[in-house]
Amino acid sequence: MMRYMTAETINLEELAAKARAGLDAATDEAALEAWRVAHLGRKGTLTSVLRRLGSLEMEERRRIGGEANKLKAELEAALEEKLSDLHGQRIAATIQEGQIDVTLPGRSKRVGRLHPITQTLRQVVDIFVSLGFSVAEGPEVETDYYNFEALLLDRDHPARDMQDTLYVDYVRDGVYPFMMRTHTSPNQVRFMEEHKPPIRVVVPGKCYRNEATDPTHEWMITQIEILAVDEGISLADLKGTLFEFAKRMFGQERKVRFRCDYFPYVEPGVDMAIDCFLCGGRGCRTCHREGWIEIMGAGMVHPKILANMGYDADRVTGFAAGMGAERIALLLHGIEDIRRFYQNDLRFLEQF
Amino acid sequence: MRVSFKWLAEYVDIDLGPEEVGHRLTMAGLEMERIERVGGDWDEEFITVGHVLSVDAHPNADRLRLATVDYGGDDPLTVACGAPNVAVGQKIAFARAGARLIDGRSGKSAVLKPAKIRGVESSGMVCSEKELGLSGEHEGILVLDAGAPVGAPLSQYLGGSILDLDVTPNRPDWLSMLGVAREVAALTGTVVREPEHTYEELDDPAPARVSVEIADPDLCFRYVASVIEGVKLGPSPSWMQERLNAAGMRPINNVVDITNYVMLEVGQPLHAFDFSTVGGEKIIVRRAKEGEKLITLDGERRELTADMLVIADEKKPVALAGVMGGAESEVTEETQTILLESATFHAPNIRRTASHLKSRTEASARFEKGLSPELAMVAAQRATKLLVELAGGRALHGLVDNYPAPVKEIRIDVTRRRLEQVLGIDLPTSTVREALTSLGFGCKWEPPEHYQVRVPYWRTDVDIPDDIAEEVARIVGYDQIPTKNLGGDIPPAIPQPLRDLRERLRDALAAAGMQEVITYSLTTSEELKRVLPEGQLEQLLRVVNPLSAEHEYLRPVLRGSVLKTLAANVRQREGEVALFEASRVYLPRSGELPDEQEHIVGVVTGTRDDRWGRSSDEPVDFYDAKGYAQAALQVAGVEGTFEAAEDFGLLPGRTAVVSAGGARVGVIGQLHPSVASSFGIDRDVYLFELVVDDLLPAVQAGVAYAPLMRFPPVVQDIALVVESSQPAEDVRRLIERHELVLAAEVFDVYEGEGVPADRKSLAFSVTYQSAEKTLTDKEVARAQSEILKRLSDELNAELRG
Ligand SMILES: [Zn+2]
Repeated sequence: MMRYMTAETINLEELAAKARAGLDAATDEAALEAWRVAHLGRKGTLTSVLRRLGSLEMEERRRIGGEANKLKAELEAALEEKLSDLHGQRIAATIQEGQIDVTLPGRSKRVGRLHPITQTLRQVVDIFVSLGFSVAEGPEVETDYYNFEALLLDRDHPARDMQDTLYVDYVRDGVYPFMMRTHTSPNQVRFMEEHKPPIRVVVPGKCYRNEATDPTHEWMITQIEILAVDEGISLADLKGTLFEFAKRMFGQERKVRFRCDYFPYVEPGVDMAIDCFLCGGRGCRTCHREGWIEIMGAGMVHPKILANMGYDADRVTGFAAGMGAERIALLLHGIEDIRRFYQNDLRFLEQF
Repeated sequence: MRVSFKWLAEYVDIDLGPEEVGHRLTMAGLEMERIERVGGDWDEEFITVGHVLSVDAHPNADRLRLATVDYGGDDPLTVACGAPNVAVGQKIAFARAGARLIDGRSGKSAVLKPAKIRGVESSGMVCSEKELGLSGEHEGILVLDAGAPVGAPLSQYLGGSILDLDVTPNRPDWLSMLGVAREVAALTGTVVREPEHTYEELDDPAPARVSVEIADPDLCFRYVASVIEGVKLGPSPSWMQERLNAAGMRPINNVVDITNYVMLEVGQPLHAFDFSTVGGEKIIVRRAKEGEKLITLDGERRELTADMLVIADEKKPVALAGVMGGAESEVTEETQTILLESATFHAPNIRRTASHLKSRTEASARFEKGLSPELAMVAAQRATKLLVELAGGRALHGLVDNYPAPVKEIRIDVTRRRLEQVLGIDLPTSTVREALTSLGFGCKWEPPEHYQVRVPYWRTDVDIPDDIAEEVARIVGYDQIPTKNLGGDIPPAIPQPLRDLRERLRDALAAAGMQEVITYSLTTSEELKRVLPEGQLEQLLRVVNPLSAEHEYLRPVLRGSVLKTLAANVRQREGEVALFEASRVYLPRSGELPDEQEHIVGVVTGTRDDRWGRSSDEPVDFYDAKGYAQAALQVAGVEGTFEAAEDFGLLPGRTAVVSAGGARVGVIGQLHPSVASSFGIDRDVYLFELVVDDLLPAVQAGVAYAPLMRFPPVVQDIALVVESSQPAEDVRRLIERHELVLAAEVFDVYEGEGVPADRKSLAFSVTYQSAEKTLTDKEVARAQSEILKRLSDELNAELRG
């Protein structure tokens, strides 16, 4: 009966030897592909053996089938290994040929920078925003009412000495009613006119003084005003809030010192200093050998101002504070002369 | 206020050193600026108090004399002395060889060596103030008080600490030794010794000799006068001179010195008149007549106005009230009788007069802060006592006191609840009472809620309960107030779209490579003339009192200042310089505050960087500036359109108006070379200007979201030949008008060989896409030919062969 093929006609060992030799001979990916087609492909030698298994006796079929499948797995693994070797060789070659000098400079991309005062302002404002304050801005040219009178600085108030004012050349009723604002405090009043408590607002902006300049004085400065008004706000909240600011701005280990000071629109008045972060409080040039650096004037909003806003000053209290961005930037960067900021020398600006 | 620590000790016992006292004062609101050490470098061994035993002529020199001085050593020393005022019996500052002094001529510090002066051995020196570093005085020697202990180190006798205190404008009482002493007493738990003011009087009553009329009681609240006969003008005692010197005032004569001394001591300015010059034995306090003249003590002839207050006799003004005395009524050697004035004036009036006459004096500085009328009597009595005891005077009985409306003591009802509400701590009642009484306040506790507080007369700054809260807090110490975090509701956030946009534009320009600058808001007329059309300058706002012409005009544009900054920087720069500023400009409005707009100006000049970041030889051009402007607009979420236009100061043909959302938002162009050179810039400068306020509506209109397409796009490049003057944007828009075109972008412009002379080639990358299906080659080809037809019809454009 020729229906059955004999085991002899399927010489797996010969087939295996041939295939192994063929694989050894293949050195590139194309040859490997040809080898795969010849042996493992749909019409390949091993595939045709497997296909012919059906014509064998059951026992033979099992034996030869098992061996053939083993061989197929072996050849596939060998192919895989060879392919991955080849791939590795190719990458190695690429690496060899494609070496570059990684120490050469990068292709130039211009980098612009924000002015150091813009950067400082943002740092300060962001801290207060994170404490639940809104940001507002107000006019730089102000009326006598907002800049002085509403803040209890009458025309003859001796404290007007502290703020030499640049008046705008416009006369009404024999006086100059408009001026370059001398501080951001007018915005306390402007904001309270527009909003009801609870209020938490931070107001940054430029201010102007008729003042000769020197390394520590500039006639145009950037102030940041802080105002919080609500029932239950006390000097203790002022201290806590400003302390929190100082830590976030100048470092968690900062110590602060609050002392009494005078501003006509607050009562009680406060001056806040931080321990000198340059000398650790031992005393150096920056802190004038005192170990403390004054950074902020503050106080409880004067009850007359609250009452003028139509608030019930017996129930509602608030605190206000103000600081100069230039002073903070000077301290943070150890800059020796405040006038550098608005001289705009690129050699200076590009360092920030 | 300069406070001698030694003098302070006359009013209060101090156990602490000057540093600690200064620190406590600082914490309580009276800031110590520095401590000055007088005599800190005087050698204790070599510089001592000496006694002049004899003065003899120098054998070899007419102008020198030989002084024999007991300086505390075993034997007196004889030294040469050139000072005209050395005399037997004087106590003087004596320096022996080895002492370090300041050379009277050169002003340099040097060690004194034994020397032969005109043949006479001299191994010491009688010192002048200059040699001791006390002042510039070198005419004569320093004469010490007769009671100075011979042989004592001068540093102990005369040296000491001076606290330089920065007095806040609300506290005129701190402009006095007594006021500072009260503060020190409160802060150290001791009590103050008030200066004595009782003296012997004659029987004649003063009111019989002089009358005082206050014609303008709105400007003078009290006028106290004392009459002292028989005063002998001469130098004041050395101890008084030393104290005046320490406080920074020059001694003049005993009468003037006493008035100044009492002013420094209690804070009340005083004035002494030669009584014989007061006509009619009558003082009238009145407003000056318009144009009335007065020659003041400084020799100035002053023309007075009707709102100035004068002290006058029956006929003429004799002093400018609170500011300065008159020359004619000044006390002189001939003066027999003095009229001493101690008065209280309307503070704002004194302030106005002093600043109008540019004559701020120690007196006006105190008056203008507002003094209590009560103080006038205290000071008058104290000064009269000193005139009697130190100037040989005899005081008439009593004082003339015109006090039309005596002030009432201020009483404040302060609740415990208010103190806690303001300070954040419920202080024990005993603490509150101790703090207040230590400062001279009266304080009565009425349980369960009320403190009845009486304000001492010298505290003119205290009138509401919160003032009391501050007094308590500063004496207790601000460090005793607890530290809390804000509680309660966080108020709703307030949108700030304009500010947000400005900050985003700032970020975008910096990210794109521009450097931010901030320039002064006030500028010069010359700078503005260069960048504004003629005639505009006249309408601009200026400040009346500029620091200098450099900072006079409120700028209506940023251009000038940014160009000035560019000019200052390009000189030292190679390569590209790109600067921008985002600041306010001020546009005048009649009778109102100016319109403040947020502007952004960017300027670019120089050459582009090469691969190495070095300046190439490729100059920047219009499109670099446009690139920056577009980057900013893109970040703002706005598509700007640029149309050729003209603008002052920019080069025609290279200038465009920038619009967004259908509105003009700015301008861009090449700076006119003549404008550039007016700023000293000799290269091409490109500039853009954006008005953030005008840009905001387009930004707020928002970005329309387009859903992502499911089907793949087909991208094709086409080159078109158009007329040279044809704006590429028109071509691009026409291509984009086709319904299958998603986007068209220019990527090349070419003029030259292969293109006719008056034409140019524009290359576009065109993206075709359909929302419904994948486009076939055929559909794309059809779309393209439709586009080409339209281009040819409308813009005379043809496909480049
Ligand atoms: Zn320091």
